[in-house]
Amino acid sequence: MSLTEQSATELLQLLNQGEISSVELTQSYLDQIEAKDSQIGAFLRIDAKAALARAADIDTRRQSGKPLGKLAGLPVAVKDVLCDTETKTTCASRMLENFRPPYDSTVVAKLKAADAVLIGRTNMDEFAMGGSTENSAFQITRNPWDLERAPGGSSGGAAACVAGGMAPLSIGTDTGGSIRQPAGLCGVVGLKPTYGRVSRYGLVAFASSLDQVGPLANTTEDAALLLETIAGHDPLDSTSLDVPVPEYTATINRPLEGLRIGVVREHFATGLDPEVESAVRDAIKVYESLGATVKEISLPHSKYAVATYYVIAPSEASSNLARYDGVHFGHRHSQLSVPDPTSNSLVEMYRCSRSEGFGPEVKRRIMLGAYALSAGYYDAYYLKALKVRRLIRQDFDTAFEQVDLIASPVTAEPAFKIGQLADDPLSMYLVDLYTVSANLAGLPGVSLPCGFSSSGLPIGLQLQAKPLAEETLLRGAHMYQKATDWQSRKLDQLK
Amino acid sequence: MAITRADVEKVARLARLRLSEDELTSLTNELSQIVTYVDQLAEVDTDAVEPMTHAIELHNVFADDVVRPSLPREQALANAPSHNDQAYLVPPVLGD
Repeated sequence: MSLTEQSATELLQLLNQGEISSVELTQSYLDQIEAKDSQIGAFLRIDAKAALARAADIDTRRQSGKPLGKLAGLPVAVKDVLCDTETKTTCASRMLENFRPPYDSTVVAKLKAADAVLIGRTNMDEFAMGGSTENSAFQITRNPWDLERAPGGSSGGAAACVAGGMAPLSIGTDTGGSIRQPAGLCGVVGLKPTYGRVSRYGLVAFASSLDQVGPLANTTEDAALLLETIAGHDPLDSTSLDVPVPEYTATINRPLEGLRIGVVREHFATGLDPEVESAVRDAIKVYESLGATVKEISLPHSKYAVATYYVIAPSEASSNLARYDGVHFGHRHSQLSVPDPTSNSLVEMYRCSRSEGFGPEVKRRIMLGAYALSAGYYDAYYLKALKVRRLIRQDFDTAFEQVDLIASPVTAEPAFKIGQLADDPLSMYLVDLYTVSANLAGLPGVSLPCGFSSSGLPIGLQLQAKPLAEETLLRGAHMYQKATDWQSRKLDQLK
Repeated sequence: MAITRADVEKVARLARLRLSEDELTSLTNELSQIVTYVDQLAEVDTDAVEPMTHAIELHNVFADDVVRPSLPREQALANAPSHNDQAYLVPPVLGD
C-alpha cells in the first residue's frame, strides 16, 4: 500500500517510529497533487518549497529527540478562508485576491503549534456561499469519483483533496452543511463541531452565529485526531465555549453501550433518492446488529429549516460583508468617475468596488439579507426566522431526551453534475435540507460514507448529537466504520 | 411575495452594490422566487416564542480593561488599495 493510501493515524505512527520521514511523506502528497490536481482542481495554491522546508525542520527535531506537536509531520490542507500570515487568504473571491492577513487564525496557529505541515490552500465557493464550489472566482473543482460532477461545497476543495488522496487531513468550514455535504458527496468523513467548540478567530466571517470550523479526513479516527488538535476555548473568540476538550482519540474505539439511534420521520419524505434511502436504512440496520435500539422520532419544524436558514444566513452575511468597502483592504474600483450623479463619489466608489469584487451568488445573498433586514420586512422575515430557529432547536432538545444520535441522509441525492443547478439558486439551496438544522440549533454533526449508488457515486450517512457530544458522535460513527468497509474503497479511475 | 425591480434597485443602494440591467432583471426574478419560498415561515405559530439569536446562548463575556499593543500602522495599511503611509485615502466624502 502506498503512503498516500494510509490513514493519518497510521502515518503518524510510521512517523513516530521513524519508519518514514515527514519530507518523504510530504513529497508523496506533493507528487499526488502534481499528478491529479490539474484534473480535480482542489487546491488554489501550493507552496511545495515551504512545505518541504517545514517537514525537514520537523524531521530534524524528531531525530534529535526534541518535543513535537500532536500532528508532527502530517500534511494538512486548509480551506482558503482561514487567515494565515504565510499565504494569501482569498475566500475564492476577486475581492480578496491579494489579501495577506496580518495575523494567524487560531485554527491555523494551533495547526502550526501541532507541527502540521500546511501543504496548500483549498478551493471553495466564494466566501463559503454555495454547495458546489462552482462559485469560486478562480476555478472549478471536480469530484474525484466522477470528473463531470461537483464535489459539493462550500468546502469542495477540502473534501476533494482527501478523496483524491492529495492530503490525509483537511480543514473545512460549515455554515449550513459546507463540511458534511461535500464529505458526503466525495465519500470522506467530515465533522461540524458544536457551535463554539472551535475558535472562529481569523475565520473570514460569513454568518457568525452559524459558522464553525471542522475536520475532513478518510476515517473517523483521523477526524477525531484533527478535531482534538483544533478545538478549545479561545479568549480571542467570545463565542467560543470555555469547556474542556476530551481526548477524542482515546475513547473512539470504545463502542457505545445501549446506544439509541433516532430516525426522523420527516427525513424520509418525497424527494429522497431511493438508492440513498436504502443505503441509509441499511446503515441503520448495521447499528441494530451492533446492539443499538432504533426509535422513530419527529422534528416537526425541520421542514422550515431551509427557509429559516435562507433568512438568517444572508442577513448575517449582508452585515458581515459590509466591511468590504475598498478602503481598508480588498478590491477597489479603479476609476473614480461617477456613474450616478445623485450619489457622492465615496458611496459610488463603494458600490463599484463591491460590484466588481463580488461574484453573483455573494451579491444574491447580500441582496437577500439586506432585503430581509430592511425597514418594513425585518419583523416578517428576520425576526420571524429567529423565532422559528428556536422551535427547530426545541424539536432537537425533545428528540435528544429520547435518543443519543440522529441518523439521516446527508443529501437527498448523490453528487450532481457540474452546471446542473448553477442557474437555479433555489434548487441549490434545497440541497442543504438535511444539514442546515444542525447549524441553526448549534449541534455537532458528522457525515461518513455508507454506500455507493449504482453509478458508483458515494452516499453519505449523517449522524447528529446534542451540543458538545462530539465524543458520542465520533464513537458512534467509528462503530459503524469498523463494522463496514466503505471507507476503504479506493478510487480506481484516477490511478 | 413578489419583489419589484424598484425594490431590487432600492435594496442595491442600501447594500452598496451597483447592479447592471441584466443583474437587476435576474435578481428580481430570483429574489422573488426565494422570498416566495421563505414566505412559508408565516404559517408557523410563533406568538409565544422568543427569538433565538445564537446557537449557544451565552452570558456576557468581558475582557480585562488593559492596554495592549495594537496592529502596527504599517501592517494595518499593508492591504489598503490606497494610502499615504499615514492614513487610508478615499474619494471626497461630501458631495460637490
